[in-house]
Amino acid sequence: MEQLTIAGKSFRSRLMVGTGKYASLPQMREALAASGAEIVTVAVRRVNLDAREESILSYIDLHQYTLLPNTAGCHTAEEAVRTARLARAAGLSNWVKLEVIPNDGTLLPDPIATVEAAEQLAKEGFVVLPYTTDDHTVARRLLDVGCATIMPFASAIGTGQGLESLERIARIVDVVAGRVPVVVDAGIGAPSDAALAMETGADAVLVNTAIAKAGDPIAMARAMAMAVEAGWLARQAGRIPRSAVASPSSPEAGRIGSNATLVQS
Amino acid sequence: MQIIVNGRLIDVPTGITVDGLLMQLNLAEERVAVEHNQQVIDRGAFAQTVLVEGDVLEVVRFVGGG
Repeated sequence: MEQLTIAGKSFRSRLMVGTGKYASLPQMREALAASGAEIVTVAVRRVNLDAREESILSYIDLHQYTLLPNTAGCHTAEEAVRTARLARAAGLSNWVKLEVIPNDGTLLPDPIATVEAAEQLAKEGFVVLPYTTDDHTVARRLLDVGCATIMPFASAIGTGQGLESLERIARIVDVVAGRVPVVVDAGIGAPSDAALAMETGADAVLVNTAIAKAGDPIAMARAMAMAVEAGWLARQAGRIPRSAVASPSSPEAGRIGSNATLVQS
Repeated sequence: MQIIVNGRLIDVPTGITVDGLLMQLNLAEERVAVEHNQQVIDRGAFAQTVLVEGDVLEVVRFVGGG
């Protein structure tokens, strides 16, 4: 499989995974391994002053994974920029999955604030991977301000509803035109959704809930990896056009019981 | 003196540094990041950054997320 390149860094896997919502950190570590992912997202939160909690970093081998801190929970561009700066100050990554989400109910991004924050962070030397809607004009703006990927949602975060609109993802792929990878993020519910996103032209897929909350997260991680690879191969291979007219796969000629030859000769 | 850490008022010795604060909070071994009055501090500057009464700090770490 051709490597995925983001900001000059190459990856064999086209599946990125989140680290949230797992039953336990050991389960998360196993699922990460089964997914084959090389890029993993983490969130930034206040240290609990009342109780010492185990560090997630004890379960993520930083020689194996590229850490992608997110700005989840930020309602404004300013909060997102502050959170990204804090994430970078931890000294492990200057990558940021930018999320500016003003509404905790819908979890839909604020495109204008996202573009503002992306521009600021790109100027400060961050590798910015913005979570966005499937609007191609917004994607265009994010490209213009120097984002390293475009990450349109399939559907709202955590819904598992799959791709709301193949056409809008396809249009973003067209607009981006290979300048940066398009990563379909959020709303993937099943491996078939991931495969479809890749067949539609996504360069990668980011999955969290669909793996973490599956009956068997480790098996699902593996299934997602296979689906992403299948979808990528299918996209490269080129699917057939859809046709309204049926067309037999077996030869018309030589069927038994036919008298056509006899009549003609 | 009193400072605000993660939204909570806490007592610390006068002249304490960020390094000293992290030790007091049992976080010296943790990979944390610190914002001091809305300015992020480099890890290398923890030992030199002296806190004063009323300072506002955010001490954060990585947790699971998508």
